[in-house]
Amino acid sequence: MTIKSIRLWLWGAVGALALTAIVAAVLLRQPEQAGFGQGAYNLIDQNGKAVDQTLFAGHPSALFFGFTHCPEVCPTTMAEMASWFAELGDEGQDLRAYFVSIDPQRDTPAVLGDYVSWVSDRITGITGTPEEIDKIAKAWGVYYERVDLEGEDYTMDHTASVFLLDAKGEFQGTIAYREDQATALGKLRNLLAKS
Amino acid sequence: MIRFLRAALAASILLVAPAYAHNGTVHLGELNISAPFTRATLPNAPVGGGFLSIENTGAEADRLVSASSPAAKVVQIHEMAMEGDVMKMRELTDGIEIPAGETVTLAPGGFHLMFMSLNQAFVEGQTVPVTLVFEKAGPVELDLPVLGAAADAAHSTHK
Repeated sequence: MTIKSIRLWLWGAVGALALTAIVAAVLLRQPEQAGFGQGAYNLIDQNGKAVDQTLFAGHPSALFFGFTHCPEVCPTTMAEMASWFAELGDEGQDLRAYFVSIDPQRDTPAVLGDYVSWVSDRITGITGTPEEIDKIAKAWGVYYERVDLEGEDYTMDHTASVFLLDAKGEFQGTIAYREDQATALGKLRNLLAKS
Repeated sequence: MIRFLRAALAASILLVAPAYAHNGTVHLGELNISAPFTRATLPNAPVGGGFLSIENTGAEADRLVSASSPAAKVVQIHEMAMEGDVMKMRELTDGIEIPAGETVTLAPGGFHLMFMSLNQAFVEGQTVPVTLVFEKAGPVELDLPVLGAAADAAHSTHK
């Protein structure tokens, strides 16, 4: 092996290492990490009004992702939410609730408005384009997926927890599906006290 | 001949196994169907769930194969399951087996009848008629009382 060929081989090794380093740097680069629930999206509320991520600022919120063709989890959670509002009474004055549709194709603002009106006058239905709904769902780590049924119909699998946000719109905790009333109320009172 | 006809008539009665209700339980052949209920639907909600218990007192398994109702365009048999905090819903196209000597309960959080494309909202205090079809026991009609929107179980009147 001549000096020249060793030199060539060494340079080749240097080149390979450099390439590996560059590829690794690109692959391992972290996207800028925002806090849980933070994101940017443009949606519409049940009255057709444009809303975005600033929606949750200024008051504590309870946030739920669902759909009106939902046979069980959503009506149950809405019924429980109605009882939370009733139970809290004036104490819950500042609390706002949001029902974000993960089935925006079927849940128009008008459909949503009537649906949530049953719960309280402090809950707002939110819908939007599938792309923008995807952004808010991703921000909150919400899983949702269409499941086809016989015929033309379909249903949705989805995260069933209620997210609790403080007056800055920051995540404070969750109320699990079917969490008992006393625990749920305790969490809401905590949230109200902190906000 | 007359004896044969009489036997045939008796056999046909046995085969048809007419359903009758007693103390809120509907008896269909070897099956006892009890505690049926549904829940009041929210405004614009086009779907509802149906719940009941099916006891199989016979020596052979039967199967709930289909359901229908004048209150909805389609009634399917579904299973709901929570996987962590995610709710998953599946249509059971083969229905639900009712094993011999066992009771299968359709209840919130699990098996249920799924009423789709409701003709009108389910209102608390009313009833929703449904026809269940079993592979062996055949069809049976019953009424599901409509309870509150988050009701967990029928109020049993006979204990």
